[in-house]
Amino acid sequence: MITSGLTPVITEHWDKPDLYTIEGYRRVGGYQGLATAIKMDPDAIIGQIKDSGLRGRGGAGFPTGMKWGFVPQNDGKPHYLVVNADESEPGACKDIPIMLANPHALVEGVIIASYAIRASHAFIYIRGEVPHAIRKVAYAVEQARASGLIGENILGSGFSLDVVIHSGAGAYICGEETALLDSLEGYRGQPRLKPPFPAVAGLYASPTVINNAETIANIPYIVDRGVPWFRQFGTEKSPGFKVFSISGHVVRPGIYEAPLGITMSELLDYAGGIRGGGEVKFWLPGGSSVPMLTAEHLDIPLTYEDMAAAGTMLGTGTPMLFDNTVSVVKAVTRWLDFYKHESCGKCTPCREGTYWITGVLEKFEHGRGSAAEVDTLVNLCSQIAGRSFCALGDAAATPYPAALKYFRAEFEAATSTSADAQFDPVASYVFAEAATR
Amino acid sequence: MTISAETRGQLLELAARYPKPRSALLPMLHLVQSVDDEVTIEGINVCAEILGITSAEVTAVVTFYTMYKRKPVGQHHIGVCTNTLCGLLGGDAVYSALSERLRTGHNEPSADGKFWLERIECQAACTHAPVMTVDWEYMDDVTPASAVEVVDRLARGEQVESTRGPVIRDFQATEHTLAFPLDGLVNDGVAVDEKMLVGLRLAKELGMSAASIPAGEA
Amino acid sequence: MTITSSAGSDITPQAQLVTIVVDGVAIQIPKGTLVIRAAELLGIEIPRFCDHPLLEPVAACRMCLVDIEGVPKPQPACAQVVSDGMQVRTQLTSPIARDAQEGVMEFLLLNHPLDCPVCDKGGECPLQNQAMSAGRPESRFEGEKRTFPKPINVSAQILLDRERCVSCARCTRFAEQIAGDPMLELLERGVRQQVGTAADQPFDSYFSGNTVQICPVGALTSAAYRFRSRPFDLVSVPTTCEHCASGCSLRTDHRRGTVTRRLAWDEPAVNEEWNCDKGRFAFTYQELGRVETPLIREDGQLRVASWPEALDFAARGLAAASSHGVLVGGRSTIEDAYAYARFARVALKTDNIDFRVRDSSDEEAQFLRSSVAGTAVRTTYETLEKAPVVVLIAFEPEDESPIVFLRLRKAARGGTRIYSVGAAATRGLAKMRGTLIPAKPGAEAAVLAELAEHVRVDLSTPGAVIMVGERIAGVEGGATAVLELARATGAALTWVPRRAGERGALDAGALAGLLPGGRPLTDDSARGAVAAAWGVDSLPATVGLAGTALLTAARDGAIGALITAGVELADLPDQILGRTAIEAVGFVVALENHHSAVTELADVVFPVAVVTEKSGTFINWEGRPRPFAQAFKDALVMSDAVVLGMLASAMNIVVGASDVAGIRRELGALGAWPGPRAEQPSSPAGQVVQGAYLVATWRELIDSGVMQEGEPYLAATAHAVAATVSVTTAGALGNPELVTVTGPLGSVTVSLQIGDVVDGVVCLPLNSPGCALYRDLGVRSGQAVTIEGAV
Repeated sequence: MITSGLTPVITEHWDKPDLYTIEGYRRVGGYQGLATAIKMDPDAIIGQIKDSGLRGRGGAGFPTGMKWGFVPQNDGKPHYLVVNADESEPGACKDIPIMLANPHALVEGVIIASYAIRASHAFIYIRGEVPHAIRKVAYAVEQARASGLIGENILGSGFSLDVVIHSGAGAYICGEETALLDSLEGYRGQPRLKPPFPAVAGLYASPTVINNAETIANIPYIVDRGVPWFRQFGTEKSPGFKVFSISGHVVRPGIYEAPLGITMSELLDYAGGIRGGGEVKFWLPGGSSVPMLTAEHLDIPLTYEDMAAAGTMLGTGTPMLFDNTVSVVKAVTRWLDFYKHESCGKCTPCREGTYWITGVLEKFEHGRGSAAEVDTLVNLCSQIAGRSFCALGDAAATPYPAALKYFRAEFEAATSTSADAQFDPVASYVFAEAATR
Repeated sequence: MTISAETRGQLLELAARYPKPRSALLPMLHLVQSVDDEVTIEGINVCAEILGITSAEVTAVVTFYTMYKRKPVGQHHIGVCTNTLCGLLGGDAVYSALSERLRTGHNEPSADGKFWLERIECQAACTHAPVMTVDWEYMDDVTPASAVEVVDRLARGEQVESTRGPVIRDFQATEHTLAFPLDGLVNDGVAVDEKMLVGLRLAKELGMSAASIPAGEA
Repeated sequence: MTITSSAGSDITPQAQLVTIVVDGVAIQIPKGTLVIRAAELLGIEIPRFCDHPLLEPVAACRMCLVDIEGVPKPQPACAQVVSDGMQVRTQLTSPIARDAQEGVMEFLLLNHPLDCPVCDKGGECPLQNQAMSAGRPESRFEGEKRTFPKPINVSAQILLDRERCVSCARCTRFAEQIAGDPMLELLERGVRQQVGTAADQPFDSYFSGNTVQICPVGALTSAAYRFRSRPFDLVSVPTTCEHCASGCSLRTDHRRGTVTRRLAWDEPAVNEEWNCDKGRFAFTYQELGRVETPLIREDGQLRVASWPEALDFAARGLAAASSHGVLVGGRSTIEDAYAYARFARVALKTDNIDFRVRDSSDEEAQFLRSSVAGTAVRTTYETLEKAPVVVLIAFEPEDESPIVFLRLRKAARGGTRIYSVGAAATRGLAKMRGTLIPAKPGAEAAVLAELAEHVRVDLSTPGAVIMVGERIAGVEGGATAVLELARATGAALTWVPRRAGERGALDAGALAGLLPGGRPLTDDSARGAVAAAWGVDSLPATVGLAGTALLTAARDGAIGALITAGVELADLPDQILGRTAIEAVGFVVALENHHSAVTELADVVFPVAVVTEKSGTFINWEGRPRPFAQAFKDALVMSDAVVLGMLASAMNIVVGASDVAGIRRELGALGAWPGPRAEQPSSPAGQVVQGAYLVATWRELIDSGVMQEGEPYLAATAHAVAATVSVTTAGALGNPELVTVTGPLGSVTVSLQIGDVVDGVVCLPLNSPGCALYRDLGVRSGQAVTIEGAV
C-alpha cells in the first residue's frame, strides 16, 4: 500500500498546455478508458468500480460503486447521471482546477459512468461563479461530441448519450445532492425528503446517480489501468489517490496529488512548511464543515477512517492551514456567517440557529461576549446538529465546538478583548510582509 | 428592457436543452441578466410565460440565488472573497480598499453605477488567496493595491486580463457565457498556473510518479 | 387463485397492518401510515407546524422530532413512515425527543415577535399553544429579532406579517398542491426566507382564505377580519354555506349579533378542510339592505305595516286573484322550498311554480323531472376522486362549484382524465390537467352526438362520470344529448346546479309538474298520495306553467297574483320580460330578506330570515342533505315556511307543518318516489346561431352577485374583466387592446385577452362589474354579438 510520496494521476499532464483539448488529452492516452469500457458489460464496470473501493470525493466518502449499484435496472425509466461540480465548500479548490486543467478526464468519466448505469442523459452542474471552468468543460463536451464520443451510437456500441453543462447561480446548498436536483429542475435549491433516494427517484423522479467531479475524473484511470493498480494506493478502506489542494499560511499553496493515507506533515513538507518557519495553529483536513485539528494531529494519515478516529472527517480532502497570527474566534465567526448566509431556510434549526449563533459570535469577535455564552453556544450547536433537515445544519454546528475544544481560552478572552486586539489582522495577511517592508 | 425576438429565441433554445423545460430556468435567468444587467420583472414574466409557470414561481427562484440581482449591476461586478481563509489572508483589506475606492458597500452599486461590489463566499480558489473576481473572472492572489489598480484601469477603459481566463469584458457578457458557455474564448488565458502545477513539478523534481508503477502490479 | 378458506372471502382485503409501539403502547396500523398519524390514533399529540394531513409532508419545521429506537438522530414524525416493530418515543417518554422539541421551539420563537396581544391568532394559535406545552419558560436569546416592514398585501384580501412567519410552507403548499395557484411562494433564502408573490401579480386565488386558516401563526390574516375580534370572544356554530351547490361545512363565528368571520369546517366527505373565498368572506350582505318589517302598497307607495295587517292584506289579494304563480329563487332551503311547493298546490291550487329564476327551458324541466328530482345519491365527491374519467358539459367548476373543482383537481393529480365540452380551455381546466372538447356555444348537443370514439370508450369505463352544469338549460337539445350519452356509455350522470337551493327545491317539488321526491304530478297515484299526505282531496292535475312560459303568461295578464321568494330579476336573461311580467301581475307578494327590484314592484313584502337566522337544509349537487342550525339563536326573523304558514292561516287554509322539524318529518314520510318517472326530453340538437362572433359566458365565482355586497376586499380579488378570444379571432379584430362588444341592448368595452378559445367565440363574464351581459348587451350564451376594436 502506497501511502506516501506524490502520485500525480489526474494531474499528471497538467503541465502540457493543450491538455484541455481533446487532441492534447488523447496524446497522453485519454479516452482509452472509454474504449475499454464501451466493450464491457455495464454491470462489469459497476463491479469494477465496486472492487476498486473508490469513495466519493465530495466529502461524505460514500462508496461510488455501491451508489451505482443502487440504480434499479430494466425499470423502464430513463436514468440520469448528474455530476456535482458545485464546489463551494470553504477551503475546497480541487474540482475547479480539475475542470480547468483536465476537463476531458471528467467528460470521459461521465461517458463511462453513464454507460455503466444506463443513463442516456448526463448533466454537469457547475457553480455559476466559475465561467472559466464552465467554458473549458463545455468545450470539452463539444469536442467529445464532434469526435463521436458523445451523441448517438458512441464508438459503434449502440450506446447514446447527451451531456448538458448546467450553470448554477450562487447557492452553497446546491452541493447537497437533493438540493442540487431541485436546482437542476429549475427550483429553489432546497433539499428533498429522503426516502425516496435519488438512486430510485432523483432527477425528474427517475433513478439518478450524483457523483462529485473529482470522483468521476477518477473513473477513466481505474477502468484503463485496473483495480489492482488503483488499490495499491491508499489504504484498504481508503484506496486511491486524492487531489489535495493545500491553502493557507503555507509557503507553497497549491495542488498536490498524493495517495490517501499520506500525513498532513508530509504534505506540509512538500508545501514548504508554514511561512516564515512558523507553526500550524489549527488546520482543517477537508473544508470548513469538518472539525478543526491542531499541530498535534499532523501525523495522522489522511484517510476516511483515520480522520474519523481523530474526531474529524477527511471531507473534501483540501487542507487549510492557519498559523499563529490567526484569531480562531474570527475564523469561526466568519464560517458561521457563511452558513447563515447559505442556509436555505427550509428547516428551523439551521435557519434560526445559524442566525442566533452568528449574532453571538459577532459579539465575541468584538470583545463583547459573555462567559455564560461560551457554553450556551455549545448547547445551541447541539440543538442544530442531528436535528436539521440536511447536512448543512450539521456542518454549521461543527466549527464552534471543535474550536472551543482547543482554544477555549481565546473565546473566554473575547468576553473583553476583541479578536483584532488579540490578533493584529494585518499579521495574518499573506501580503503582510510585503506591506510592512 | 425589451426582450427582443433574438433573446426570446435564445430563451426557447435553452428551454429545449433539457428533458423538461423548467430545468432551463437558471440559465434563462442568466440570459435575462445578460440582456438587462439585472433580473427585471419583465424578464421574470417572460421566463414564466415560456415555461408555463407563474411569475411567483420564477421570483421564488430568482431571490434564492445570490448571483441574480434585482437592481442594475452596472458594467462590472466586483467580488471579493471574505470567507475565512481569503478574508483572513487579506481579503478583508482588499474589500475595504475597494469599498473605499468605489464608495459603496456590500451588494451595492458604486455611486456612478458602473461597478457593483460584493463580499462573496468561497470561490474554490483558496490556493490563490486572497481572491477577487471581476465579472466572475478570477483575479488570483490580489493585494489591496492590485485590486484597486484593476478597478481603476477598468474605470479608465483599459484592457484588463483575468489571471485564468480571457480579457475582462463586462458583467452582461459573462452572464451570457453562463447561459451559452461556448463563447469562443476557451483558448484565451491559461488553463493552469504555477500553483496548480506546484505538486506536479515537485513530484517530477523528486522523481515521484504514479504512472511509473505498472498497471496490475501490486 | 385457490380459495382455501371460505371464512372472510366476502370481506374486502384490508390494508396490510404493521405493529408499532409508541411510548410503550402498541398499535396495529396500516403500512405506510406516518408516525405522527399513528400517535394521534393513540391520543398522543406530537407538536407540529408544517404538518397538515391534506398536504404532502415536508419535515421542515422539525417540531415533531421523535426518538426512534435504532436510529441515531431524532426523526420527524410527520415524514417517518411506520415499519413493523418500530419503537417510537415521543416527548412524553423520551428526554431526547423532549429536548429536541424544546430546542426547535426556542429557535422558532427567536425571531417571532412578542405581539400576541395584538395578533389575530392569539388565543387560537398553534405556536402560542405549543410554546406553552413544548417550550421552555425562558428564552436565552438576547440578540435583535429580525424585522420586516409590516404588513404587506399578498392580495387585496390577504395580508402578511412576515416577522410572524415560521416558514412552515403550509400556505405555499396549499396554493400549489390544493388550489393549483402557485402565486404565493417562499422567496429569498435562509433567515431572510419569506412568503411572497411576484412583484406585479397578487395571490388572487379563489381559495386564498384557506391559507389564513391553516397558517399556524398569525402571519396571514384577512383584511376582512384583521383586528376585528379575539377568538375567545366569539361564539362558533357549525353551518352550511349558502352560496353554491358544493355544500361546504362552515364554522360561523359571531359576536354581539354580528357574524365576524366564517371558516371552512372539517367535512372529509364534502369539502375536506377547505372552502372558497366567496363562502368564507361573502357574508356581509346578510346585514345590508334588509327588509325589516312587513310592507304594503298603499296609494302606489310601500308603507310599513303590522304583521296582522300585512297578512290580511296579502290573504285578500291572493284570494281575489283567479290565477296564481309562485317563483322561488334558487336560494331556499329544502324546507322552505317544500313550503312553497305545498302552498302553491294547497293554498293557491296552482301548479304554476318554478325555482329556476334564471336561464331555463322546457327541455331542462323535463330533464330535471325525469332524471334528477328525488334520485338517490350516486355520484359523490368520493366517487369523483376515484373516477377514471370525468366529462364536464356546460360546467366550469372553478367558477360554478369551486369545491367540486378542488376535488376534481385532486382526482386529476391521482390520474383521473378530465374532459370539458365547451368553447374554451380555461385556466381551471388547465389546473385539472383537462382536455377541451371544443364546442361552439349552442353546438354542445351536436358535439356530444359526434363525440370521438376514444372519449366514448373512456366514458364506458366503470366509474366514469358525466357532470352537467345548469347552463345546459340554454343549449337546445343539450339535456337530451347528455341523457343519450349517459345511456349509451353507462356513465353516471350528475347535474350540478350553481345555487345552493336548486337541488333542494327540485326535490321538494317546487317545479311545475313535479311533486316532492321526484313524483310526477301527472301520475295519479303519486298525486293522490301527496294529496293525502297534505290532507286535501285533490291537487292540480295538469302541469302548470314554468320558466319563460310562466313569465310570458304573467306579462300577458294571465297571472292574477304572484308570490316571489328570493327572486333577483337581474338573474333572468330577458330582463325586460322579467320586469314587465312582474309589473303586469295584479298582485305580487314578495317574501324577501333584502330590498330588491322585486320588492320595489310588490304589493306586499314580508321580511324573511337569512341563513344565520334560521335552521334548514341545503341539498348539495350530490343530493346529500347539508343541514344547519340557527346561528343566531335569538333571532326573531321568521323563515319563509313560517311566514307561508301564517299566510295560509290568514287565508283560512291548513297547509301542515311550517317548522323545520315538522317539514322534515313530512318530507321524510313522503320519501323518494319509487314509481314511474316523468318522461325524458327528446329535443333535437339546436342549430348554432349564425354570426361572426358568438358569446360563451358563465358567472365567475367573484362577480357582481348581490350576495357579495359589502365585501370590497373580496371583490378586489375578482378576475380582471376581459373578452377572451383565440389568437385567430384577435388577429381578425386587429389585435386591439380594448374591444367594444355590442348586443341588442347595448355595448360594453373591455380589454381583449388571448386564450384557448374556439375561433369566432368570445368569452365574457356573465355578471361582472362593467360587463353584465343580460343587462348591458341583452345576450346570453350562444347568441351573436358584434365586436370592434376600441380606443
